[in-house]
Amino acid sequence: MSLWGILAVNSVTFGGLLFLLSAGFSLIFGLMRIPNLTHGSMFMLGGYVGSSLYLTYHLPFWLAALAAAAVVAAFGGVIERLLLRRLAGSTLAQVLVTLGISLIVADFCLMIWTGDPISVATPPALAGGTRAFGIFFTTYRIAVILVACVVSALLWALLDKTRLGAMIRAGVDDPQMARVVGIRVSRLFTIVFCLGAGLAGFGGIIGAPILSVYPGLDSDMLPLALVVVILGGAGSLLGSLLGSFIIGFVYNFGQALVPELAYFVLFLPMVLVLVLRPQGLFGRQAP
Amino acid sequence: MSVKLNRRKFLAGSAAVASAAAFPMPSIAQSAPVKIGLLTVKTGPLTEGGLQMEQGVTAYLKSKNMILAGRKVDLTVADTGGNPAGTKTKAQELVERDKVNVILGPLAAFEMLAISDYVTQNKVPTLCLAGADNLTQRNPNPYLVRASATSSQAMHVMGDYAAKTMGLKKVACLDFDFAFGYEQEGGFQQVFEDAGGKVVSKVWAPLGTPDFTPFIAQIQDCDGVSQGFAGAAPVKFMKQYADAGLKLPVVGGETAGDDALLSRFGDEAIGLINACPYTIDLKNDANDKFKALMDKEYQSVPGFYAASMYVTVQVVEAALRALHGDLSKPEQTIKALRAVNLTDTARGPLRFDDLGNAVGSMYVRKIVKQGDKLTNVTQKTYENVSQFWPYDEAKYLAQPAYSRDYPPLKT
Repeated sequence: MSLWGILAVNSVTFGGLLFLLSAGFSLIFGLMRIPNLTHGSMFMLGGYVGSSLYLTYHLPFWLAALAAAAVVAAFGGVIERLLLRRLAGSTLAQVLVTLGISLIVADFCLMIWTGDPISVATPPALAGGTRAFGIFFTTYRIAVILVACVVSALLWALLDKTRLGAMIRAGVDDPQMARVVGIRVSRLFTIVFCLGAGLAGFGGIIGAPILSVYPGLDSDMLPLALVVVILGGAGSLLGSLLGSFIIGFVYNFGQALVPELAYFVLFLPMVLVLVLRPQGLFGRQAP
Repeated sequence: MSVKLNRRKFLAGSAAVASAAAFPMPSIAQSAPVKIGLLTVKTGPLTEGGLQMEQGVTAYLKSKNMILAGRKVDLTVADTGGNPAGTKTKAQELVERDKVNVILGPLAAFEMLAISDYVTQNKVPTLCLAGADNLTQRNPNPYLVRASATSSQAMHVMGDYAAKTMGLKKVACLDFDFAFGYEQEGGFQQVFEDAGGKVVSKVWAPLGTPDFTPFIAQIQDCDGVSQGFAGAAPVKFMKQYADAGLKLPVVGGETAGDDALLSRFGDEAIGLINACPYTIDLKNDANDKFKALMDKEYQSVPGFYAASMYVTVQVVEAALRALHGDLSKPEQTIKALRAVNLTDTARGPLRFDDLGNAVGSMYVRKIVKQGDKLTNVTQKTYENVSQFWPYDEAKYLAQPAYSRDYPPLKT
C-alpha cells in the first residue's frame, strides 16, 4: 500500500517538474523547429542561480525562484538573438551550437559553483509533511504539484486567451502564413525562447530541494525533456502536460516494479509513439 | 573544450619532440622531471570526487614544491569524463604521448577495469583510487597499487559494525548499478550475514538517476538501509530518503558519508553511519598538516577522495626515495611501491599486501551536528584491515567475486 502510495504521489510530483522543464522545450521546438540541447543546461543554471540567491543572498525562496527564472530567460534571449537567429533553418548547425553552449554552461557552472553538490533546504514554511492514508506526504512535493498546475493554467491562458498566444499558435501552425498576415515571427521567436528558458530555469530551482543541484544535472534532465516532447508532440501544451505525467508515472512505477529494465522502461512509450504516431500524441503533422 | 585543449597540447608535444630531435641531448635521466599522470573526473556525475582527487594530489606536490625525493615532478592531469571509454583514451594519451612514469587514478571501478589490461601491457605502474576488487584479488594486475581500499573493504567493516554494534537484523541495500555498487553491497552482505544479519533486498539504480524515490519506495520489511552512492548522489539520496518519511538507520561506505560532503548535507544526514579508510577526526600530525594544507590551498574540508590521493603521492615519494629517484624500470618501481610501509599518513599506518592493496585502519563514523555544522565522529576503529578481512585470504579468493547477483539473497 505504502509503496503504491509513495510511487503515485512521486509520479505526480515528478510529472509536475517535468512539465516545467518540457513545456518550454516543446514550444521552442514547435514554433522555431530548434532542437534546443541547452534546455537541460537552463534547468541546471536556474538551479544554481536560484540556490545561490536563496542560500547565499537569503532571498525568500519564491522570489529567488522567480529571479532565477528571469536570469535564465535573459540568458536564453541573448543566445537566441546572437547565435540561433543566424542559424535559422539549419538543423545540424543548431544541434551543434546548442550542444556546444550546453558544454560551455556546464564548465562555467563548474568554475563558479565547483563540483560540490548543492543541497537546497526545503523552504521552512513548506518543510515537513503529514501522514495520511498510510502514506507520508511531503508538503514541499505537494507544493510542487500545485506550482505546476498554476504554471500550466497560466500558460494555457497565455496561449489560448491572449493576442500573443494567438500569434504564437499561428506561428507554430504555419510560420510563412503568419508572416504574410503581418505577425513579426522573429520577435515571437525571441519571446518564446526566453519563456522556454525561463520556465526551465524556474523548474531547476523548484526542483532543487528534491533533486539538489550538481554538475551533470543538465545531462540527467535533457533526455527526459526529449522523451516528454516526443511523446506529447512538439508545440502542444496539452501534449507536454500529459506527456510529463505519463513519463512521471512510467519512470516511478517502471523503475520500482521492473528495476531490471530501469534503463529501458523510460524509452518504451517513446518508441511506441514514434512507431505508431510519429507526430506525438497531440502534435500536428509536419506541414 | 577538451578537443581544443588536446590539440593544443598535441601541438606543444609535437613541437617538443621536434626540438628534442633537432638538439640531441646527453642522457639526463636523473635531472629530468618524474612524469606523473593523473586520471581524474572533471565532468559528469562523479565530478565532485574527481576534483578532490586532483586537490589531494596537488596539495601534496605543492607542499613539497613539486619535488619528490630530490626529483622534480611533472604532473599531467586528464579528465576521463567518468566513463570507461574516456578513461581508456586518456590513459593512452598519458602513456603514449606524455610518457608518464606512473599513473595516479582513476576514480571509479569501471574506469579502472577498462584500462587494467592496457597498463599491464605497457608496464605502467598505476596507483588507483578505484575499488575494482578483483584487480588485487582473483585477477591481479601486476602493475597496480591501491592506497585507498577495495570497494568492499570498508563495507566488510560496516557489515560487522551493523550486525554486532548496531544490532541490525534485516537490511535493504540500495546502490548504483555499476561495479563499485555491486562490490560494496556484496561485501556488506557477506560480513553482515556471517555475523547473523540478513539482507532482504538489493536494488540497483542507474548512474545518473535524477530521483531515487522509486527505489526508496521499495524499502520495506527491514530495520536498516545500506547505501553506497558516490559523488554528489549521497546528498540527493539522504534528502529524498527523508522526504519519503523513512526514519530507519542508514549505513554506508567511504563515499556515502564522505567528509567533503558534510557541508553539503542537510540535517537529514544526521545519524548516517559510514565506514571509511580515512577520517577527518583522526588525531595525528600528518592529518593535521593535510587538513591545514587543504584549507589553505582550496578552503575545503577534505574527504576520502582527497585524502586517498594525498596519501598515494606520499607512497610514490617513499618509493622514489627507496629507488634513489630512478623510475626507469617499471618492475622495480612496482616492487618498491608495494614495499612501502608508512606509519605517519593522514589515514594512519599504511602498508600493502602482496597483491598491492592497502592494509590499514578503517574508521566507522557517525554524522553528528556540532554547533551549526555537520561532522563525522569516529565511533570505532578497526586496525590492520586488509581486503580479505575478516576472512582467510585463500578461502576468500576461492569464492566468486561480488557481483550484481553474488552473494545471492537468502530466501
